[in-house]
Amino acid sequence: MSGSADIGLWGVPLAMIGGAVRVSTPYIFVALGETITERSGRINLGQEGTLVFGAMIGYGVAIITGSPLLGVAAACACGCGFGLFHGWICRFPKVNDIAVGIAMMQLGVGLAVFFGKPFIKPAAPHLPAISLGWWSAVPQIRAALDVNALFILGLGLALFLNWAFRNTKYGLMLRVVGDSSDAARAMGLNPNRVRLYATAIGGGLAGIGGAYLSLYYPGSWNEGISSGQGLMAVALVIFARWNPLGCFFAALLFGGAGALGSALQSVGVTQGYYLFYAAPYVLTLIILTATSSRSHSLVGAPGELSITK
Amino acid sequence: MTQAPRRAPSLETIGMSKTFGTLQALTDVSIKIASGSFHALLGENGAGKSTLVKCIMGFYQPSSGAILVDGAEADLGTPARAAALGLGMVYQHFTLVPSLTGAENLVISRADVGAVINWRAETRRLDAFMATMPFSVPLDVPTGQLAAGQKQKLEILKQLYLGRRFLILDEPTSVLTPDEAHDVLGLLRAMTVAGDLTVLMISHKFHEVTAFADEVSVLRKGVFVGTGKTTDLSAADMASMMIGDATLAVMDHRASVATEAEPTLLMQAITAPDRTGLKTISIANLAVRPGEIVGIAGIAGNGQKELLEILAGQRPMVSGTIRVQGGTYSATREDARHHHVRFIPEEPLQNACAPRMSVAENLALHIFDVDKNGKNILWLDRARIKQHARTLIEAFKVKTASLASPITALSGGNVQRAVLARELTGEVDLLIVANPCFGLDFSAVAEIRARIMQARNAGTAVLLISEDLDELFELSDRILVMSSGEIVFETPIGTADVSIIGSHMAGHH
Repeated sequence: MSGSADIGLWGVPLAMIGGAVRVSTPYIFVALGETITERSGRINLGQEGTLVFGAMIGYGVAIITGSPLLGVAAACACGCGFGLFHGWICRFPKVNDIAVGIAMMQLGVGLAVFFGKPFIKPAAPHLPAISLGWWSAVPQIRAALDVNALFILGLGLALFLNWAFRNTKYGLMLRVVGDSSDAARAMGLNPNRVRLYATAIGGGLAGIGGAYLSLYYPGSWNEGISSGQGLMAVALVIFARWNPLGCFFAALLFGGAGALGSALQSVGVTQGYYLFYAAPYVLTLIILTATSSRSHSLVGAPGELSITK
Repeated sequence: MTQAPRRAPSLETIGMSKTFGTLQALTDVSIKIASGSFHALLGENGAGKSTLVKCIMGFYQPSSGAILVDGAEADLGTPARAAALGLGMVYQHFTLVPSLTGAENLVISRADVGAVINWRAETRRLDAFMATMPFSVPLDVPTGQLAAGQKQKLEILKQLYLGRRFLILDEPTSVLTPDEAHDVLGLLRAMTVAGDLTVLMISHKFHEVTAFADEVSVLRKGVFVGTGKTTDLSAADMASMMIGDATLAVMDHRASVATEAEPTLLMQAITAPDRTGLKTISIANLAVRPGEIVGIAGIAGNGQKELLEILAGQRPMVSGTIRVQGGTYSATREDARHHHVRFIPEEPLQNACAPRMSVAENLALHIFDVDKNGKNILWLDRARIKQHARTLIEAFKVKTASLASPITALSGGNVQRAVLARELTGEVDLLIVANPCFGLDFSAVAEIRARIMQARNAGTAVLLISEDLDELFELSDRILVMSSGEIVFETPIGTADVSIIGSHMAGHH
């Protein structure tokens, strides 16, 4: 960011909008992926591990090949692999998807740390940004409106999924399997196979989210790169009631909350701003508490989901 | 839509046998179902009815025997092949996906649906299809929001939409009110008379069989024991074919109720959220007197479960009071023990037992932590627990291999007997029972109902929540109807009328 006009406190909302767009992208991808997985009746907590591993592999491949797009593709492929592995384990009887997810989370993070050591120092080529703020002379606005192509892809994906869940054969099949295994079997569908694919696609999207982290924002690979964003995205899916468009807006909200700390810092608040770095976590807790109840079940939850059964 | 066979098919099984390991589930069963007939299949639990229909539907491979469809031998190796021949099945429990609309449910059940669904064209075809049907169901709301009768109609519509002209119905009315049942079966009956449909219905309700079926076949212990026209058979004939020479427990005569007596259970002005949290359960006034059975009728999901949970202390109330024998009752173990309150929830194996613990331990759930005089004890008295179990098993004729076998190894009837033994032993002033006979065979049902009646005559106040109207009419002194979380109707048994109760259950009034 070169030079800044003095726009006073307007900087805070502006920085938050910019932050929301920048920070939300990995949430969008993980949450959309998790929506697909959970709509099929399975929960994959391993998304956090997939996100971190995707960040590492995307960064590594971008360094080696010099192409950030190849990095994104590699991260997506690895994410699919993680999803397939999760789905394959869960097809065995009496396997708990949540426990497997926690193990997969540890595995993903562990493998990323192990293989990612050589990539901590070198700098990888970044994903290009699209400048939507060309019309403005105010540098803060231009900075806020530097949008990555993946963000727009995420928006498109949310719109597409929202349409596809209602208007395609595969969307309906996914919802059938997620709502009632018995009905699915009576229809001749194999719930395990549908869930396997749904988990693989979900993992692939989480991998893309990871590549965004290391190749665009924050834009470097380190072991603490995700700080739990994969897990919070899973919470976000519940908050968004398994609705893809809801996921998109919830991700923006989380992103905005995540940007609050740095936005305050940028306008010269020097004390206590770091408390606001905890905003997404506090938001997660508030949302989960507010939307839970001990006397009734969630409305809109897929019937086969183990957390709602 | 898939190509539909024009005519209703006929079906015949010849010498069908099926063994599972060493268990002979079906032995040489030959049944003939004519085209356009309404055929009923009767039998106790475990008589082989569902094995037979699963063989017909291609879910099981018969060990020997053949199936003829329209007089030609058919290979029904898989459900898909059975479907291609126009055979369809409507299950006891709904197979509609609750979050999908009726239209979505119908379209996705078709095998040939394209990758992208053209809703305009599909809606047009659905409308054309519905116009040819004798009844209609709203197709644009999620099926989870439909009433049970509409869901069952939609299940039938789905089979017809898929071009199935031979329908097997597995206890299709168990979730319906009497009016809805009458409605649905009447429509099916009309379609069979017109020759559009052949129906094979599994049922245990004799009045339905007599009213709607042309012919009936009876299975007992996997063996075909007879068939006949329903016009030639009385309910007693059919019952004796089903149970053979087994004798049923006889029910006591009713002692008269002391209507002036202080109520044992009094619930007043109770409100609590229901399972979804969207609706409210509210019980204005519910009293059960000693020596009286108060039956609660209602379609599943109208607040009966919540009422039971409130009484069991599993659901917090927003307001209201529960009094037992005049004292405030807060559903703790101490309260229940002090006031002699006992519970028999539905599905007792899951809800009233620790399935993997032994029969003796399960029978001791009320007494393991106190000694003979009701004082708390620290160490378990193993000998007393065993002795207690032995007495109860003897008195209630529970069939178990040993006292130490896990209770989950017992048959459903014996689990229910064991729970009944535990709950009815000792002093019982208030008994709360839910669907006590669900899924049990004739002899177990007769015995369990006789026990409940005995307890009533001994002065116990009984609150009986049941989805089975026949059971309520047999046992209750008063019947209350729950609908949308409220008690909407009350009648003494003497003047109770099934059709009036049914219309209150359905929420008309």
